[in-house]
Amino acid sequence: MREAVLLFLVVVSGTGGEICVTRAMKHVGEVTDFRPMALVRVILQAMKVSWMWIGISMMALAFFSLLAVLSIENVSFVVPVTALNYAAGALGGKFFLGERVTPRRWAGVLLVCVGVTLVWIGKR
Amino acid sequence: MTSSDGLHLKTYCMLLIMVVFAPLGNVFLGKGMKGVGSVVSWSPSQLPHIVALIFTSGYIWLGVASLLTFFVAYMLILSWADFSYVQPASSITLLVVALLGYFYLGEKISPLHWTGIVVICLGVFVVGNTPPRTTEVR
Repeated sequence: MREAVLLFLVVVSGTGGEICVTRAMKHVGEVTDFRPMALVRVILQAMKVSWMWIGISMMALAFFSLLAVLSIENVSFVVPVTALNYAAGALGGKFFLGERVTPRRWAGVLLVCVGVTLVWIGKR
Repeated sequence: MTSSDGLHLKTYCMLLIMVVFAPLGNVFLGKGMKGVGSVVSWSPSQLPHIVALIFTSGYIWLGVASLLTFFVAYMLILSWADFSYVQPASSITLLVVALLGYFYLGEKISPLHWTGIVVICLGVFVVGNTPPRTTEVR
């Protein structure tokens, strides 16, 4: 039960955090200059966007949940199961970020979900 | 080189960085946390001691450094590519994690487990053949 709760936190909080970070980076705009100082400026600019801080907080929660679940389960089980966030990510991309998710992408996401199910069953 | 080729090239370079550093980070964290001990036996009074163990583990710091590298690449790629493209496309890291877990950490992985990982990678292949950006540039 404890492992299921921790994995839920990893998936939901991690995906929520990534969506918030994406929103912040879209606000910053496309990065075209990859020199170190330019990258530092991009990071500082991103830190001024509140979505970035919400995203980082949620990802921190996901990170500590990941640490906790890694103390009781193998990394080759935990990491594939967290792939459930691909389904959550596609939904979030479509409904929260307004991205157009093509049928082909949905098919890929479906395969990922089937794979996660097999990994879960294969461990039991 | 067209701008579309350039967009794909820098997208694939960032994906490569992500595919290398995300699995390494997870494997180092896994190794570090196995040294800290099971969460099941943690009690609130032990928390400061456990936090100290976590943050003095070399493997944890290696894992954090690898994941930070991954995160910077992830932030950069998200500035031009769709989230719903980047996230599934980077899931090839799952296969790399399993291989590292099997060969480096000596974890036991059943045939069904491997099948599941291969199916996930098939999903990645399907997603990877879609355009990186489907929305208009603002």
